[in-house]
Amino acid sequence: MPKTPKLPTIDRRRFLKGVAVSGAAVSLAGTAEAQSQAPRAPAAAGRGTLPPPSLVAEAKEPAELPRLTVPRTNSDFMVDVVKTLGIDYLAAIPGSSFRGLQESFINYGANKQPEWLTCCHEESSVAMAHGYAKIAGKPMMAMVHATVGLQHASMAVYNAWADRAPVIIVTANQADWTKRRPGAETKHSVQDGASLVRDITKWDDQPASAQHWAESMVRAYKLAVTAPTAPVLIVSDADLQEEPLEHKEEAKLHIPKFVAATQPVGDPNALREAAKLLVAAENPVIVADRYQRTPEAIPLLVKLAELLQAPVVDQGGRMNFPNAHPLNHSDRGRPLISQADVILTLEPGQLWAVTHSLRDQLERTAQTLTKPGTKLINLSAAELLIHANYQDFERFAETDMSITGDAEASMPYLIEAVARELTDNRKAAIADRGKKLAEAAKQSRQRTRGEAANGWDLSPITLARLSVELFEVVKNEDWSFVGVQNLWPKRLWPMAKHYHHIGGSGASGIGYGLPSSIGAALANREEGRLSVSIQPDGDFMFANGVLWTAAHHKIPILMVMHNNRAYHQEVMHLQRMANRHNRGVDRAGIGTTITDPNINYAKLAEGMGVYSSGPVTDPKDLRAVLTKAMAVVKRGEPALVDVVTQPR
Amino acid sequence: MRLFSCALAASLLLGGTAFAQDAAPQGSAENGKKLFVTDGCYQCHGYAGQGAPGYAPRIAPKLLPYQSFVKQLRQPRADMPPYETALITDQGVADIYAYLKVQKDDDPKVVPSFY
Repeated sequence: MPKTPKLPTIDRRRFLKGVAVSGAAVSLAGTAEAQSQAPRAPAAAGRGTLPPPSLVAEAKEPAELPRLTVPRTNSDFMVDVVKTLGIDYLAAIPGSSFRGLQESFINYGANKQPEWLTCCHEESSVAMAHGYAKIAGKPMMAMVHATVGLQHASMAVYNAWADRAPVIIVTANQADWTKRRPGAETKHSVQDGASLVRDITKWDDQPASAQHWAESMVRAYKLAVTAPTAPVLIVSDADLQEEPLEHKEEAKLHIPKFVAATQPVGDPNALREAAKLLVAAENPVIVADRYQRTPEAIPLLVKLAELLQAPVVDQGGRMNFPNAHPLNHSDRGRPLISQADVILTLEPGQLWAVTHSLRDQLERTAQTLTKPGTKLINLSAAELLIHANYQDFERFAETDMSITGDAEASMPYLIEAVARELTDNRKAAIADRGKKLAEAAKQSRQRTRGEAANGWDLSPITLARLSVELFEVVKNEDWSFVGVQNLWPKRLWPMAKHYHHIGGSGASGIGYGLPSSIGAALANREEGRLSVSIQPDGDFMFANGVLWTAAHHKIPILMVMHNNRAYHQEVMHLQRMANRHNRGVDRAGIGTTITDPNINYAKLAEGMGVYSSGPVTDPKDLRAVLTKAMAVVKRGEPALVDVVTQPR
Repeated sequence: MRLFSCALAASLLLGGTAFAQDAAPQGSAENGKKLFVTDGCYQCHGYAGQGAPGYAPRIAPKLLPYQSFVKQLRQPRADMPPYETALITDQGVADIYAYLKVQKDDDPKVVPSFY
């Protein structure tokens, strides 16, 4: 019996479904391989010539041929899973390792919830998701290509980790090496894809089946949004994505219901003890850093501070406390800490640094800032999530009370305990303290205005002047400051709402500022808010393709360049080293400045479809230029104004 | 945070000292302006010594007494890099001091009160 033409090896996943029909046989039999293996037919069988190969094939038993199309694959089901989680956006630069998922999101999923955002760098995708989460209060997805995409993304993942921001990251892999295409797919495949970021994510998994994928995605989302919130990673096998999904198999699949977990609350007895200490204190201080997780956090902290008439030092990891409130003493942190008898810290990013400093001279020396006997109460969920390798957790801080629980979730119970402890005598003493603090806050604000005025007409333009001029054009809008360079806006602009600033980057990984501000602006767009940022030039130069993303997806934001033409933090460090060796600072610009040629940020932005103007060097020109750019932003587009500024 | 703390410490230093500018030796404000740039003072304190919150304190136009100013340059508190005589001569310090002294104190009223 003659052999049938040899077909490519296929497995169950490739659906051998007995689809051998003559049409398919014709096409295959025409291949060189089929012809070479076809037996020579006897001459008598025809007209003295060989029959066409198709007839040879037809004469044999029906061949099983691979099916080349299929109505549904697992990737469709994966989209169904994501849709149950209410994720609105997905940021990604395209990658072949997730081609199955991408096609399903945009076609089967109709490119809605989530909507696909085209990025130009994986670092931008994750940083956008980071900034988005801090305004929206919920995560979005970032999808990054196998191996090299995750490598690109890793710094942004670290920022999100150190900032305890929830981001849902999906990467891909071709785990089975017998299925890998030679070349890029092979080079981008990995034994343990998540290992690259395992130290800086809360959880990861590489699901082995569609059902496994569904359960892991829901688990990942749940873990990401439960305090301590953090990025999570799903490694989505490429073969699994593209595996056909038969109706009978799909019927067995189940998408687990997502139910948000309760947030961890501090032990009630410990909160009562803390309340006793705070009420009895003569000079209590509240230090808040990554405290605010939802809009409800701010009024709760106001209530606690007012009950105690205690000053609040907002370290700015989140927007925690209104800066116009007479108990906001963020500019007086050091003297207040040094005089405090009880300090309450709420989700501090660096607890040790609240009560210590380190002098950065030839010999590095630590100094305790508190007076002897000061009680330190820490209320934080941070220790529920600590990994060994990356040291963002800082050195060990001694506390008198360490209450494990999410500070915002615990706040109502602490308030209740404080209210219960307050006797009439204590209320009178506390009220007197409040009057003194209100007066000190008033004086502090006057000093701030004096500092802002200094160098008012200088060129390069001071950041204080820039901040004032910028606020003049946004003050009548529902604004949100989404930039990383927020020191002067936090001092001069009235900030009271949870979206008035987005806090810091987490790990100070440069390149975060531009994409995170655009991600935050995306979240603000949903609420009709106007986003503004002051954008450092060094940070801008890392992955500025995200400007195109903002233009393409019409994300309105006014970006004002803090163009000091240097990686200025590093200028200062190099200056420190040069002086330490008595060599002078005249060469500290080598490797640190961004001049010769000066970068034209306006032209860069224009080239990516973003309205732009500048560079502005005269402060008197600022108002008109910013007003014009603001009109563009109010039309729903991004705009960039390049401003040449003082170094700091 | 660390830089912020250091700036605050330096602010305390400034705030806790009586101002006595008259004891300063004669200096050239013009040369001081050049030195303020070439010696990198402006990098942290700004071209007019206006300071930068979180990084470096305001140092002009209200100045430390001259001897305290010199001490802060030569043996700085907190994180400021030391400027020994090999880097800035005594006359250079006097010139920088003279430059800072002529900086004008801008009227705080130019800054609107937004809250």
